[in-house]
Amino acid sequence: MIILKCRGRHYKDVNHEVEMRWERGERDILLDEVNGHRYIGRALSGEGLIDVRGVPGDDLGMFADGVTVHIRGNAQDGVGNTMNAGTIIVEGDVRDIAGHSMRGGKILVQGNAGYRLGIHMKSFQDDYPVIIVGGNTGDFLGEYMAGGMIIVLNLQENGGASPVGNFTASGMHGGKIFIRGKVSQEQAGRGIGLSEPNEEESLEISSYLEEYQQKLDIHLPPLDLRSFTKLFPLTTRPYGCLYAY
Amino acid sequence: MARSLLFPEFKIERDKERCIACQVCVRQCANDVHEGSDTEDTVVSQEEKCVGCQRCVNLCPTNALTVQTRKDGFRPNGNWEDRHLRGIYKQAETGGILLTGMGCDRLYPVYWDHLLLNASQVTNPSIDPLREPIELTTYLGKKEEKLDIHWEGDSPVVRTRLAPQLGLEVPVIFSAMSYGSISYNAFRSLAEAAREAGTFCNSGEGGLHPDFYPFGENIIVQVASGRFGVHRDYLRVAAAVEIKIGQGAKPGIGGHLPGEKVSKEISRTRKIPLESDAISPAPHHDIYSIEDLERLVFAIKEAINYEKPVAVKIAAVHNVAAIASGVVRAGADIVTIDGIRGGTGAAPQVIRDNVGIPIELALAQVDERLRLEGIRHHSSLLIAGGIRSSADVIKAIALGADAVYVGTAALVGLGCHLCQKCYTGKCNWGIATQDPVLTKRLNPNIGRRRLVNLLRAWAFEIKEMLGGMGVNAIESLRGNREHLRAVGLSREECSVLGVKAAGEGW
Repeated sequence: MIILKCRGRHYKDVNHEVEMRWERGERDILLDEVNGHRYIGRALSGEGLIDVRGVPGDDLGMFADGVTVHIRGNAQDGVGNTMNAGTIIVEGDVRDIAGHSMRGGKILVQGNAGYRLGIHMKSFQDDYPVIIVGGNTGDFLGEYMAGGMIIVLNLQENGGASPVGNFTASGMHGGKIFIRGKVSQEQAGRGIGLSEPNEEESLEISSYLEEYQQKLDIHLPPLDLRSFTKLFPLTTRPYGCLYAY
Repeated sequence: MARSLLFPEFKIERDKERCIACQVCVRQCANDVHEGSDTEDTVVSQEEKCVGCQRCVNLCPTNALTVQTRKDGFRPNGNWEDRHLRGIYKQAETGGILLTGMGCDRLYPVYWDHLLLNASQVTNPSIDPLREPIELTTYLGKKEEKLDIHWEGDSPVVRTRLAPQLGLEVPVIFSAMSYGSISYNAFRSLAEAAREAGTFCNSGEGGLHPDFYPFGENIIVQVASGRFGVHRDYLRVAAAVEIKIGQGAKPGIGGHLPGEKVSKEISRTRKIPLESDAISPAPHHDIYSIEDLERLVFAIKEAINYEKPVAVKIAAVHNVAAIASGVVRAGADIVTIDGIRGGTGAAPQVIRDNVGIPIELALAQVDERLRLEGIRHHSSLLIAGGIRSSADVIKAIALGADAVYVGTAALVGLGCHLCQKCYTGKCNWGIATQDPVLTKRLNPNIGRRRLVNLLRAWAFEIKEMLGGMGVNAIESLRGNREHLRAVGLSREECSVLGVKAAGEGW
């Protein structure tokens, strides 16, 4: 394991050194004393671990392409922005637009998420992005979502309040969102269907939750997957009838 | 459904004497205008389906066809033009937004046509480009404040680390047209022509098909709000990366490629499911401020290790000069500005024709603002939106641009006849379509040659005009508005353009 102290260093310098080492095959790197450094783990291709101690800055894991980034506390905006593959593990909260346009890989968050989580996630063939949030999320969850899966576990339950905000799945035209706890049709965007997960989906969720527990090293209480609400798009062509000829 | 209140826009005349009923027109029309008969030697035409693309006219072996705009249409009315009535009929019928393609076709002033170039007479000699070299090479990217040059014996060594540059042999780049909005063969023609002519083409926002990765050195890739096909290799293979904020044809709104056009190859290139709508939201949702833009600019610079320039494209809107200043300060190496006449594969007509400002005014204001703020050298200015000829190119450069983008002009070079129906996917010229029968009509080898010819011809003309002014390098003309004079413009327009009226001396 390589330990890099980040205190007093510019992110450009840190990220450059990380990439140099990564390309040389040093695939187990601990970044210590991280304090607002942006773009950690950016565009790293292939498997390996970046272990982050401290508070990383925006766009953590931007364009990530296989790397595992493990954050021992909270992360800021843009976690996993436009990421392609890999895993981002956050033991605390993530803020806005985590998983923006994510195309593959996983973001596993133990705490809560901010606004626009998983906005415009998409999938293609084997590329299938998954986001799991342990707590709750802000407005516009899964906005423009075109593929992949988002699971909101609502572990704190917050006295029965809905774990997601308004305009959930607004403009969604692909993929699936599973929410544990209250979510109403009014909270969801137009053209969104609500149902419960089927057998196959329950198995799928279970297997992702297995990985979630293992990667975060936590134990979830028993969850009744049948009580989850599934949000799905009623059409893949939301703008199909918007135009004259 | 009641019969449409619309009547045909075009009149098709078939000279019976000339028509040999060979049915070429029947086979060539994707709109099924012409219909042949198995039993009789006649072809009939349904004018209401005609879009006026002239494909059948062009290919008729006996020149039997003419397609003209119908003159005897609606009752003449100075207020209610044909387009208003047609729009209302269509909308009353469907309840939908009117779509269109290509650039704004309204009669707003085209300032290029009000600007005249200078030439040398007596007091300074003009240059003959056929006899003396005239330099058109242009470098796009951030220029240094000063150069630290150190002499090692007799040879100078530049110690300053120079910012990455795009080197153009001719100051014209093919503008962003995605594979999706245009066909594979059209994209291939552009990429091959860019490589041969020593310039660049822009991938547009639809990702880059694997076949075009080998052309990376001549491709600028785009990162737009949909982030289609954007990943590490896409960013790294390209010569430069352009963040698309806005487009001249549709400032302020996003776009989407309708599911019908999302074929197998398009879905592979964009990395989205087959036949689903490919939606580009109006804003980038990770950019709500100049500071956020800076974050994305540097995210991309980080991903490409600061090895290539990053451009930011904005539409020409009312406050464009201040916005461009912010874009420069956000770290853009190139600022692209797209004017109201910029083309599109599909846009709501009401937006295309009413939102934004002409590029000439935007360019003049941006160049002036950046110079006044002392940051003009931080970014190059690349302009787009209605460049139709080499004269427009040279006027743009005199007005302050470093280089220009051409989209429509390149497509016209490939055979486009400006029927403005790109959004239907039924382009009879094989350009704005994914239908394999239609795309076959454009041979990329012929396409490449035509585009290379076009750039070669423009380069000659630009050199002739430069030589006439007594200027031997295009760099010396950049932003030199003394070489421009205005005709037929108001004092305000002259002042916005920063150009004197024709007849005024130095």
